[in-house]
Amino acid sequence: MCFLVLAVYLLWAPSAQAHVEQGQAVGFITGLEHPWSGLDHVLAMIAVGLWGAQLGNPALWVLPVTFPMVMSLGAMMGLLGIPLPGIEIGIAVSAILLGAMVLGEVKPKFYIAAVMVGFFAVFHGHAHGTELPPGQSGLLYSMGFVIATGVLHGIGIIIGLIHRWPVGKLALRGAGAFIAAMGFFFLWQAVA
Amino acid sequence: MKRYLLNTLRFLTAAVVSAALFKPSHAAAHLVTTGMGPVYDGIGHLLLTPEDLIPALSLAVYAGLRGRVPGRRILFFFPFAWLLGGFIGFTAHTIPAFPVTAFSFLMLGLLIAADLKLPDTVFTGVAAAVGIMHGYFNGIALKAGPGSLGLLGIMVSLFVLVAIIAAFVLSLKPPWARIMVRVTGSWVAAMGLLMIGWFFRGQS
Repeated sequence: MCFLVLAVYLLWAPSAQAHVEQGQAVGFITGLEHPWSGLDHVLAMIAVGLWGAQLGNPALWVLPVTFPMVMSLGAMMGLLGIPLPGIEIGIAVSAILLGAMVLGEVKPKFYIAAVMVGFFAVFHGHAHGTELPPGQSGLLYSMGFVIATGVLHGIGIIIGLIHRWPVGKLALRGAGAFIAAMGFFFLWQAVA
Repeated sequence: MKRYLLNTLRFLTAAVVSAALFKPSHAAAHLVTTGMGPVYDGIGHLLLTPEDLIPALSLAVYAGLRGRVPGRRILFFFPFAWLLGGFIGFTAHTIPAFPVTAFSFLMLGLLIAADLKLPDTVFTGVAAAVGIMHGYFNGIALKAGPGSLGLLGIMVSLFVLVAIIAAFVLSLKPPWARIMVRVTGSWVAAMGLLMIGWFFRGQS
């Protein structure tokens, strides 16, 4: 019976609804893909999640809330044409410092961590938030971009849960060392 | 002297905001044709327009965070405000150039992220403002197509959406679940900030 209903529904001829709309869904996909396209961005996002997991509540959720909002502020600055010098250096330094925080299991007061994360988020937003290809929807690009950034933080937090076990703690600090080392590589690329 | 300066400043601010709100821009009507009549066209319009859908869902989420009584009030008040805005929109000819939608995203996202405990009357006022503004845009978009039946479809879907989402959020008891809701609020606010940027860049 179900198959019959489904078959009738599928074979039912609807009226023609020509509706050409280009770039809408593409804008969302572009935004969703963009944060994954740069290793510097990916590592910094994951480092935020890892550090949040090490710090525990309330930093665990305050950092991932702070980052996308301040990042969007940075992107807005870029869209308004407000220049920000040393963007690539800022992004590289963010990877170095966030990696170092994870490596050293540094536990400052959570608002200091939030200010630090927020400061670097401006550089990430300014660099990546403004790269909307022509003809695509700004809203859908923004949605994809913010969601992908949040997902990267989530991945960082989930990985960071290994912090509960002694071996996991060590592995997490190793991940921090790797991120910091990559940060030095990005810095070298930015200044070279 | 100080009072005179303050009054002048207030007047100038009001004049700038009014000019921005009423400055006409090109109509960007976006109609969804389902082929099933105007009521479904209205429902389709709401469900396929993220500029309207996300603020409506955000308001429902915030209503859920606020509790039973504000939630119940919004359940009826918000769709009617949207309908009223729609009827006002039927009489309008131009869409204000001000990025109203972006500010809805920003305001509602911040309210959710901060879990701000607004007094009930203020919250009702916010819901009315959001409903009337978005309804107004819908009215402009729908008057050439589905018309008032389309608005009715939107109103009914808003009622259902707000009921389901607010009840779901209200039922969330573990602290981490409420935190997740607040995180999504920060995402909505972030989208709003980006939309303001896109607007001023002319790529909204």
